[in-house]
Amino acid sequence: MLRVESINVSYDTIQVLHDLTFHVDEGEIVTLIGANGAGKTTTLHTISGLIRPKSGSVAFEGADITRLPADRIVKAGLCQVPEGRRIFANLSVMENLEMGAYSQRNRAKATESLEQVFRSFPRLRERRTQSAGTLSGGEQQMLAIGRALMARPKLLLLDEPSMGLAPLLVKEIFSIVQEINRSGTTVLLVEQNARMALSIANRAYVLETGRIVASGDAKELSESEEVRKAYLGM
Amino acid sequence: MVFLQQLVNGISLGSVYSLIAIGYTMVYGIVKLINFAHGDILMIGAFCGYYAFLWAQGSASPVLAVAFAFLLAMAISALVGVIIEKTCYKPLRNAPRINALITAIGVSIVLENGARVIPFMGPNPRQVSIPEAFKGVFALGGLTISKVQVLTLATSLVLMVVLTAFVQLTRTGKAMRAVSHDMDAAQLMGISVNRIVSITFAIGAALGGAAGVLYAMNFPMINPYMGIMPGLKAFIAAVFGGIGSIPGAMIGGLVMGVAETLTKGFISSKLADAVAFGILIVILLVRPSGLLGKSAREKV
Repeated sequence: MLRVESINVSYDTIQVLHDLTFHVDEGEIVTLIGANGAGKTTTLHTISGLIRPKSGSVAFEGADITRLPADRIVKAGLCQVPEGRRIFANLSVMENLEMGAYSQRNRAKATESLEQVFRSFPRLRERRTQSAGTLSGGEQQMLAIGRALMARPKLLLLDEPSMGLAPLLVKEIFSIVQEINRSGTTVLLVEQNARMALSIANRAYVLETGRIVASGDAKELSESEEVRKAYLGM
Repeated sequence: MVFLQQLVNGISLGSVYSLIAIGYTMVYGIVKLINFAHGDILMIGAFCGYYAFLWAQGSASPVLAVAFAFLLAMAISALVGVIIEKTCYKPLRNAPRINALITAIGVSIVLENGARVIPFMGPNPRQVSIPEAFKGVFALGGLTISKVQVLTLATSLVLMVVLTAFVQLTRTGKAMRAVSHDMDAAQLMGISVNRIVSITFAIGAALGGAAGVLYAMNFPMINPYMGIMPGLKAFIAAVFGGIGSIPGAMIGGLVMGVAETLTKGFISSKLADAVAFGILIVILLVRPSGLLGKSAREKV
């Protein structure tokens, strides 16, 4: 479904991603784990079209999207929940969700998506007229995910959904991610919380200073000595 | 009574500043650029109004003539605004902000001096021929309000109400607010930032063009440099209200207008401009984020 082929990405003169190659198949949850500064967010931003790679290509459902503007990539069915939630704090909860459906011209479908999001996140329905900036951290994360789901993506990119949340909320968010996946959305999950990420993913890639150093079945990886030492603290 | 009279004059003049200030503040809200060429859009609007009145001279309906002047000025100004954005500012969107700022000053100089050499504009002042029906005054007790002042207030009010409704209620308006809050996140939601930026420039310039017609009706001598002073005062108005805030720009414009007429009425007309720039200095010292502006917070 998503094929990232030997991309090289630099900020000015500093190269951040080196020949990165990986793929995500339809229906999977794939996680990209790694320490701070490994290049996880850069990878997602390159896929979403916010950053252009120096070389290499990104293909989504067989079509090359490497040079497509970010808004066209969303229309193709690939939507990102950015790190730090990045909700529109100056807009109401409802308006945030409407912005998620910006690329959806079909009113009926947008209303249907809205009902689905409200079913998954009843709290958002209660707070729909409230300014999004007044929500708690957990509610903001739910809004960020709900907003992305409004675009009805085929592939959902999640950047650190657990960031800054209490452990109980992290659990809730991860079970929501699993639910989203079960209902037919493919998920690419970037996480520092490797333990949680590996527990729900099918496959995983380990990123270290812009290179993939290990990959494979999530369960097997979480049992490998190296990953346990470096990322699970065992 | 003199005070009330000056207050009325100030609100009328201030509503023109408000219209111009909205253009500054909207563009700043979206692309973080002080578009110093915005004052010159006012001049272009004024020239459009001049020609509209000239062509409509002797036409049966003065109301139609005025409507035609506004439509022409707003359309041409919007077009010029979008062309400037596409050709001058868009290539610099990811450059340091100072580059775009210097470019804006350059665009301003090109517009002013370009207008001097274009034959149907030219360097000499021209007298605007306002339709007869809009000349004259109403007397209300001891107050005199000119018809042009009434038209100015009414037009500004209508435009500001329409703009507010547009920004608050329409899909595009909401997208504009989203882009102004977080451009990258907006892109990730499938919002075409290029389109939103163009629309913002078009709306800002259209309001500036309308302000140009009103300004030309209030002060009916026009020339290529006429946009500089009202442009600067509207910029101060935008800073006063909190740059990036549309209601702030509306309030700021009125305050600038009233401050100017009160200074002229009670202190000295020579001091009016000094007071305007004095206000800028005081805001920057006391409350740089302006009346309704958000102070920049550090992200943690």
